[in-house]
Amino acid sequence: MKKTFTLSVFTANKAGLLHRVTTGFTRRKINIESLTVSESEIPNIHRYTIVVHLEEENVKRLVVALEKQIEVHKAFYHGEEDVVYQEIALYKIPSGVIVHGGLAEKIVRQHGARMLAAEPKFTVIEKTGHAEEIEALFKELEPFNILEFTRSGRVAITKPMRELREYLEELEMAAAN
Amino acid sequence: METLTATKSKSKKKKTERIHGCEAVVRCLLEEGVDLMYGYPGGAIMPVYDELYKYQDQLQHVLVRHEEGATHAAQGYARASGRVGVCIATSGPGATNLVTGIADAMIDSTPMVCITGQVPKHLLGSDAFQETDIIGITMPVTKWNYQITKASEIPEIFAKAFFIAKSGRPGPVLIDITKNAQFDELDFDYTPCTKLDSYVPRPPVKEEKVKEAAELINNAKRPYILFGQGVILSQAEEELKQLVEKTGIPAAWTIMGLSAMPTNHPLNVGMLGMHGNYGPNVLTNECDVLIAIGMRFDDRVTGNLAKYAKQAKVIHIEIDPAEIDKNVKTEVAILGDAKEAMTALLPHLKKNSHKKWHQKFKDCDKEEYEKVIKGETEPTDGELTMGEVIRDLNDLTNGDAIIVTDVGQHQMIACRYAHFNKTKSNITSGGLGTMGFCLPAAIGAKMGAPDRDVIAVIGDGGFQMTIQELGVILQTGVNVKILILNNEFLGMVRQWQQLFFDKRYASTEMVNPDFQLLAQAYGIKAQRVSERDQLGTALKNMMEHDGSFLLEVMVGKENNVFPMVPSGAGVADIRLE
Ligand SMILES: Cc1ncc(C[n+]2csc(CCOP(=O)(O)OP(=O)(O)O)c2C)c(N)n1
Repeated sequence: MKKTFTLSVFTANKAGLLHRVTTGFTRRKINIESLTVSESEIPNIHRYTIVVHLEEENVKRLVVALEKQIEVHKAFYHGEEDVVYQEIALYKIPSGVIVHGGLAEKIVRQHGARMLAAEPKFTVIEKTGHAEEIEALFKELEPFNILEFTRSGRVAITKPMRELREYLEELEMAAAN
Repeated sequence: METLTATKSKSKKKKTERIHGCEAVVRCLLEEGVDLMYGYPGGAIMPVYDELYKYQDQLQHVLVRHEEGATHAAQGYARASGRVGVCIATSGPGATNLVTGIADAMIDSTPMVCITGQVPKHLLGSDAFQETDIIGITMPVTKWNYQITKASEIPEIFAKAFFIAKSGRPGPVLIDITKNAQFDELDFDYTPCTKLDSYVPRPPVKEEKVKEAAELINNAKRPYILFGQGVILSQAEEELKQLVEKTGIPAAWTIMGLSAMPTNHPLNVGMLGMHGNYGPNVLTNECDVLIAIGMRFDDRVTGNLAKYAKQAKVIHIEIDPAEIDKNVKTEVAILGDAKEAMTALLPHLKKNSHKKWHQKFKDCDKEEYEKVIKGETEPTDGELTMGEVIRDLNDLTNGDAIIVTDVGQHQMIACRYAHFNKTKSNITSGGLGTMGFCLPAAIGAKMGAPDRDVIAVIGDGGFQMTIQELGVILQTGVNVKILILNNEFLGMVRQWQQLFFDKRYASTEMVNPDFQLLAQAYGIKAQRVSERDQLGTALKNMMEHDGSFLLEVMVGKENNVFPMVPSGAGVADIRLE
């Protein structure tokens, strides 16, 4: 059965590494639902947060295959229950009736969003949340003509308490074998 | 900032020398003990070639006739010698011509370092002449690759490359060097790499796993060992022998593991897989404990996984964590080097002989002999068979030669029937099945093991895929015996067409050139035989000839390789006819 999994892949900070990580997906024809690359809590270690929709046994194989890459230090996968996550979306709408009539403010308040920029011609609304919440706001704003829309990939924090540092120390010890 | 840095040993700082990048490349190779490499020059790598000219007394460069040949020669060299194979090419087409050999080395875990020239840094991404993104292209088929754009990076990257290629599960590494980095100067200082962040080449063997495995093995009624190339790569041949002899467990091999245990060892029960032996396949589904050592349950070995060893508890001794549970679910996985794991396992194992269980293999052997082997290796009339050629060859080599094979029927026949006494004697393209592998790999094997006889057993199809490497024989005088088993067909494909496509022989019939004339053109002595009574003498002539020799044996055009596990079938459904 396919489920949604969040992968956290920790790598060296290197040019070309994104390609190496994604070939792991390409060659297995696994679609990446979203991908975010950022720094991690450890200097010079990058964190890839990747969302996939896959059977668990295939996620397992994917993660060990990713970990096998020389510059991938460690990779994990977590089910939805094991991550705390958010996405961020920006909506650009015309600063017409909706804004001046106060309707926009109402919608923004109802959805726990905020006005990020208000220009004479357009207004940018920001919403942080889960995919469904971002979509709900999209639906609501749609009649007012969304000029531009963008949404980030998922950023996620995992619930288990073991720190990456400990995993890396363990690898250090094993490598000294 | 890079985090992945080679850990430098704490020894006092060596004096550096100011040299050019191109010279540094050659010096790095010398530091790694390389004395032989294969390649083909071109614009973007010319500065390095200029240095190779200067250093030719210390580092021999063998000029191949196509860059693919360089990779297979480097593979053959690596597999015969146990050292890292090295090849070099120019940018663009030179680099892309390496790809097949790199993919082959990747899937067959062969340590190889490939060096490619690249356009100068300022031209990267501009579609410059002979620019190709070889880093992007080879990413999925290399264990690691890196583009050097500054001369100062050269020593550290070469040190890493060699360490990565040969450590853990070996594999190919590619280093792409822009032309400016070859011309620029650097302060040269070489420190071999021994460690990389988070890279665990040899996971430490866990004692509790060893004990769990030992308990399963000691209590097993019908235990069965499958071994692969991991035994050869970790130099664990002696440990395997001890383990098998102490426990009396029958042991079968994958074609990559072939020669890790002598053919005539009484506990060596034969070949696994699609064209493997009958008993080893059928009894996979009767054993109670399956002990896989340094093998990866390739689909050519397992057939249909849903019908593979479902009754057995599986122990997997494997260095690569990504192989554990990939295809076959394990009961106990011992992650680590095969030699280390077997050394740890040995003292826990009880002596046994498993006489009754062995009898089952013997019974199967008898059936296979009657139905397949006898006709294949001891025919008395009709056309020559590939099997009798290998049988006669065994009489001459006594099992001491290195047999290099290409891909197809002759490969399966050679693996099935050739005798081996020594390890690292069977060199073939197992995982990728690359036609054209044999001739250049045989050249590399002879150079990697100059004291041994090297025989290239090759089909008429595959021979013509890298036939131009005869030029290397001409130019270097390397002594390789070329044994063409000519069925005037792309035999293995024809066999499938016969069995599964109603004999529609679509594009598998070959009109071949006169191979003897061709050999002569390259200064290689040659002979052709098609008669049974001439075969023995012809093979003897070939082996006794002082220098390379091409022997073309005309064999039955429409012979098939049996037994066979049809694709999609389980190992127990192996067909004897
Ligand atoms: C590069 C490449 N192309 C195609 C194939 C598919 N293939 C596998 S075996 C075979 C026939 C080989 O014929 P030949 O070299 O004459 O050997 P034979 O099977 O007759 O012994 C072919 C075409 C392959 N393995 N490699």
